[in-house]
Amino acid sequence: MKNKKKLEEQIFLWIMRVVTGSIILVFFLILLVIIQKGWHALSWEMVSQEPQGGFYFGKGGGILNAIVGSLYLAFGSTFLAVLIGLPVALGMNVHWVRNKRWVNILRFLLDALWGVPSIVFGAFGFAVMTYFHLRASLLAGIITVTLFIVPIFIRAFDEVVRTIPPGLLEASYSLGATRTRTAFGVFFRQALPGFITALLLAFGRGIGDAASVLFTAGYTDHIPQTLQDPTATLPLAIFFQLSSSIPEVKERAYAAALILTGIILAISVLSRLATRKFKKNIL
Amino acid sequence: MTTFLLLPRKWIDRISNTWLNVAVIFLLLLPLVIGLGLVLKSLPLFHEYSLGSLIGSSDWSPLEGKFGFYAFIIGSLLVTLLSFVLSAPVCLLAAIYLTQYAPRWLMQAMYFVIDVLAGIPSVVYGAWGVLVVVPLISEHVAPAFGFTTTGYCLLSGGVVLAIMAVPYMLNMLMEVLRSIPIELKEASLSLGATYWETIKWILLRQGKTGIIAALSLGISKALGETIAVLMVVGNVAQVPHNIFQPAYPLPALIANNYGDMMSVPLYDAALMLSALLLFVIIIVVNALTNLLVYKTGTNN
Repeated sequence: MKNKKKLEEQIFLWIMRVVTGSIILVFFLILLVIIQKGWHALSWEMVSQEPQGGFYFGKGGGILNAIVGSLYLAFGSTFLAVLIGLPVALGMNVHWVRNKRWVNILRFLLDALWGVPSIVFGAFGFAVMTYFHLRASLLAGIITVTLFIVPIFIRAFDEVVRTIPPGLLEASYSLGATRTRTAFGVFFRQALPGFITALLLAFGRGIGDAASVLFTAGYTDHIPQTLQDPTATLPLAIFFQLSSSIPEVKERAYAAALILTGIILAISVLSRLATRKFKKNIL
Repeated sequence: MTTFLLLPRKWIDRISNTWLNVAVIFLLLLPLVIGLGLVLKSLPLFHEYSLGSLIGSSDWSPLEGKFGFYAFIIGSLLVTLLSFVLSAPVCLLAAIYLTQYAPRWLMQAMYFVIDVLAGIPSVVYGAWGVLVVVPLISEHVAPAFGFTTTGYCLLSGGVVLAIMAVPYMLNMLMEVLRSIPIELKEASLSLGATYWETIKWILLRQGKTGIIAALSLGISKALGETIAVLMVVGNVAQVPHNIFQPAYPLPALIANNYGDMMSVPLYDAALMLSALLLFVIIIVVNALTNLLVYKTGTNN
């Protein structure tokens, strides 16, 4: 009897070890393949030039249009997401902190929105654009991506803000501070590392998403000059070039995938460093 | 915060409260407007067809005015189910191992792995799937079972989706298992149960709701995933008979056809209906999950 118990535990322990190991293995396999495939195709020309004539048949040029387009798009939409999300996340923990029911409804709504796939936002953005007879543009892309990342930003930031002890709220009020001052002067400061993590999370989601910009931002070989211009993005550059049958063009898709993964990794590392650095300001 | 001194603080308070109210009204309206917009856009389709004939038929040829969603709905469900079957046991076992048996450093390392895996964009997963999973299945896996396939099939979609779901599921499962009070475990161990028995009878039972929530969020994530699946699943509008045949999930249908949908009558309405279907299904799944978590949270 005792041996049977032990045996079962041993068997499961081994299965669990193998399973955990395989997750780590797949992780390295993904990074390895992306780096190895992308490294060959990566060149200075790739990151410093717009596509030249015949680019999609394997001739010269690069994907600077998509890199810059993606950065514009991600910066623009992250800015808008903070503009909408910052007061709500702080408000849920300062202004409405006594109204538990209302805050729960908001969190419930945001969680539901978090799960809505980006293709739905893309389709919705496209529906609105056709209603107003607008073309695909940088602005439309920014607005669509904003809708998609706002819930992510608020919930990520909120998770940190809500851990701030209520004593700070009382202390701030007792010193005669207004709610605004308490929210932005005390709570925002206290949750600064969480703010940066949430900001970078939203930025990463925004820059990596293809389905929401597919309809709304369009695609072009040029760097957009105004908000009305269509915009190329890195995920779509990968997607379109990978579906090409010409090997040189496919190679470029791998390079673009490496660049995008590099940006995401850099954001992840940055977020860790920032959290560590800004922890100093916390009481 | 010197700017606070330049204007009377009552004004500042008023301005910032207005900002807050505008932002929150915007958020409250967002799901309503999305739902309403999609309904209005897909309404023309219902003038000509009934919902039953749209969902029940698998005839899909927009040029002839045939819009049957059956194959796409089945494709979506199958690829999601397959990814669930592949990822859920893996995530659950890994979460148990990492939180109960593994050394601390391994758990910390795993959080980094989860972070990076969750951050990798879906189009990169798609590219990886094309490079690794598709040839693997067409050259090794399918022949081993006696099938021939191009590799762009249901199974490839399921595998890629399963890998994409791992960081979300694993992260939530680990949180759930870590939040179970240690006293319960100690009590079970002190009664003579082995470690594994404690896990089986105490941990999994206590964390039941959390585990269900984590798994169903993984499902809703997989259901809406677009680009990665689109790149490997084959995109043939048919009901697949085995996992080595191509399928065509709903999100892929929307993404693939946005270019030519304007020239065909009712085509855009049909695509908006698919978006609406996705939106409704996922909102309902998420709402039920959150409700479940919230309910048990208040009971404890």
